Amino acid sequence: MRAAVIVFPGSNCDRDMATALTAAGLDVTMVWHKDTDLPAGLDLVALPGGFSFGDYLRCGAIAANSPICRSVKAHAERGGFVLGVCNGFQILTETGLLPGALLRNAGLKYICRTTPLSVATTDSVYTSAYEKGAQISIPIAHHDGNYTADADTVARLQGEDRVAFTYAENPNGSMSDIAGVLSANRRVLGMMPHPERAADERHGGTDGAPFFAHLTQALSDA
Amino acid sequence: MKARVHVMLKDGVLDPQGEAVRHALGSLGFEGVDKVRQGKVIELDLADGTPEETVREMCEKLLANTVIERFDIELV
Repeated sequence: MRAAVIVFPGSNCDRDMATALTAAGLDVTMVWHKDTDLPAGLDLVALPGGFSFGDYLRCGAIAANSPICRSVKAHAERGGFVLGVCNGFQILTETGLLPGALLRNAGLKYICRTTPLSVATTDSVYTSAYEKGAQISIPIAHHDGNYTADADTVARLQGEDRVAFTYAENPNGSMSDIAGVLSANRRVLGMMPHPERAADERHGGTDGAPFFAHLTQALSDA
Repeated sequence: MKARVHVMLKDGVLDPQGEAVRHALGSLGFEGVDKVRQGKVIELDLADGTPEETVREMCEKLLANTVIERFDIELV
């Protein structure tokens, strides 16, 4: 199974993501944002956390229009798997691959702490190793993680079981406590919390490990 | 020619920053401030004759996120 991690100027979780994916058994290639093509035969593209382009204009807005993102979009439209964490989630909403948008946190502060999440669906390659409703502790680190969408969109996401994770203690004002959402084909996941920062004993928690543990198997079954 | 683009959060989208500004004005003693909405202004220096339609396209593709924001274009 092959994965690419896209690196933008200002990405700062790209190596953490690559480490977690490599540990899960994926063959990982780092891809620079100015490249126009993804490596052939990719199973998964990961958009990492960070502050791409300094969060200028809006978080993820410039990255969403970078050369590589056209290929990432095409990969998703072909039915490829895409994972966006934190800034990666913001980029996915800016490209339109996922609905909604991430606004400034309701409390206006940057929040960096481990927070309890509920696994809202197990019907995705990313969440199939968890029990539905399981509560897990995963770090968040963001200033703009306040998920918003119109009421119809939120109802559709809930009705189609496309909310992947919810906050057990809403830290940022997100509508319906939404922490992560899936695309209609369930192959694109965007989430604000960082499972790659809770995937090794040395991180101080391993609740993110199941996220990656079955990924190789799940991708090959998909 | 210049264009000035005003980008604002759509009505109904919560604006935590505007709300914080409203609180701050209140604590400075300014009374009667019912609501504050914060947006941004983007000024563009453009080749003469650039059609407004092109500026609109710039707004839709990049300058505004039309999921949460609306924009007004002023050619000056």
